[in-house]
Amino acid sequence: MDLKNISLEECLKLLKKKKISSKELTAFYLKEAEANKDLNAYISLNSDNAIKSAEESDKRISTNTSRPLEGIPIAIKDLFCTKDISTTAASKMLNDFKPTYESTVTQNLWDAGAILLGKTNLDEFAMGSSNETSFFGASINPWSKDNKKYVPGGSSGGSAAAVSGNIAIAATGTDTGGSIRQPASYCGIVGLKPTYGRCSRWGIVSFASSLDQAGPMTKTVNDAALMLDVMAGYDKKDSTSANLEKTNFYKNLKNNKKLRIGIPKQYKNDQLNDEIIKLWDLGIEYFKKNNCEIVEIDLPHTEYALATYYIISSAEASSNLARYDGIRYGLRNNSENINDLYEQTRSDGFGEEVKRRIMIGTYVLSAGYYDAYYLKAQKVRSKIINDFKKAFEKVDIIFTPTAPSDAFEEGSKIDDPIQMYLNDVFTVPVSLAGLPAISIPMGLSSNDLPLGFQIIGKSFDEDSVLSAAKIIEENANFKKEVG
Amino acid sequence: MDIDKKLVKKIATLSKVKIEETEVERISKDLSKIITWVEKLNEVDTKDVTPVANPSDIKIPFREDEINDGKIEDKILKNAPEKKAGYFVVPKVVE
Repeated sequence: MDLKNISLEECLKLLKKKKISSKELTAFYLKEAEANKDLNAYISLNSDNAIKSAEESDKRISTNTSRPLEGIPIAIKDLFCTKDISTTAASKMLNDFKPTYESTVTQNLWDAGAILLGKTNLDEFAMGSSNETSFFGASINPWSKDNKKYVPGGSSGGSAAAVSGNIAIAATGTDTGGSIRQPASYCGIVGLKPTYGRCSRWGIVSFASSLDQAGPMTKTVNDAALMLDVMAGYDKKDSTSANLEKTNFYKNLKNNKKLRIGIPKQYKNDQLNDEIIKLWDLGIEYFKKNNCEIVEIDLPHTEYALATYYIISSAEASSNLARYDGIRYGLRNNSENINDLYEQTRSDGFGEEVKRRIMIGTYVLSAGYYDAYYLKAQKVRSKIINDFKKAFEKVDIIFTPTAPSDAFEEGSKIDDPIQMYLNDVFTVPVSLAGLPAISIPMGLSSNDLPLGFQIIGKSFDEDSVLSAAKIIEENANFKKEVG
Repeated sequence: MDIDKKLVKKIATLSKVKIEETEVERISKDLSKIITWVEKLNEVDTKDVTPVANPSDIKIPFREDEINDGKIEDKILKNAPEKKAGYFVVPKVVE
């Protein structure tokens, strides 16, 4: 049996039919993860506990008391707090941090019978688009070739590399400006950022609280729905968590939903290369074939989204990361003087990109500059949200590329922050508006690297997003195997 | 806007980040570039626009201010770099 190229949905069936045990499945993936250490996808593996949990799952399966994800080993981005298990945010600051509590999203997964395989690599504190800012070194895109190392994207690069490299069946990610969708596109997998408020943020190391959202990274659209059904839900411990009815994304999935598809004219700009435009047109054909109506839409403030995002996310980050002071938890560089202790600890514990964003955030929030930068950005954010609201009066979903390019080589952009930020040009507007969006693999670039496309939905209409993704998935028939 | 060396040092102090004298110029260039880039927003007319802090239409709920846990000192102190007799230890702050 080929356990390598297997979807979560198929695994559930095999487990249910007792064709395989969870212990065998978990041991197989632990072994594969060990054998593929060069991908640097995992920061830590949960080897001993995973096998114990798998044995418990097998007992439940044998007594017909299975839960929705019973016995499925999954990878968790190392930004989710896991009780008594190292949670680093890929930062030296949290290198020795073992949370005393569990994040709500991971607790939901364990309550559904999923098993923690390991914690995956990311850009430090989720700040980056290439995974290169990780304290533990960059994770490698499994599609790398010709002795060159390509980035898996970021910040959830380890999760994307693990799923794409077949060393996890599925993974969790978090997305602040594209951190689930862009690595999913670069690694040729499915990545879903739900509506802001759909998944609890409680227990996820905070980056920018008005943008952060957890979501699944999987091999198929069905798997994303299966995962999100378990991850989502109201949580009174997160004041922005949405109190809505229990979701049923998996059951509601259709492959023939008649949708009105919006194509934003501002996204078809001069910088976009021909092969992406060609694939985009092909996707539009798939929708037409499925009796969907194609509508050109206007998102006039698109060009201001990145600047808005970098002001707001850095401002929120500078505030959120003030907690790392060397006193209550995390790294401490001792000194006789308290101010010196703070400064030494933070200079040593944070990497370059994190410090850069803290300083930008501090500047835009500081007296004399607050109105000109932070308040201004909050107002432009309002205009961007309105653009989407107007567009969604005419369409059900919006279809765009996920990123302006395929994966790039390690080291090629890390010295130019603005070039790096431009990777998020298509994902950031969605984040500012808090909307749900998925990245779905469509094909390969001329360099034989995956290219993903983004499907954006109305607030809390992940059903339409998933159904539209299903249309692309079935038509594109993207090859799952790496290389 | 140009973030000159003096302003870089002020921002670093506010950020509680220690920077070396040799780094100041590079950081000044970096930050100036990024801040000039985000000033693109000045092109947008935002007169009478209400700023948005939370993208969700859902109202943030209030709750009663009740004690719902406690007796978790051990958990709170577990990851402390330095602790003593149930307290976090810090350098002397009062003269």
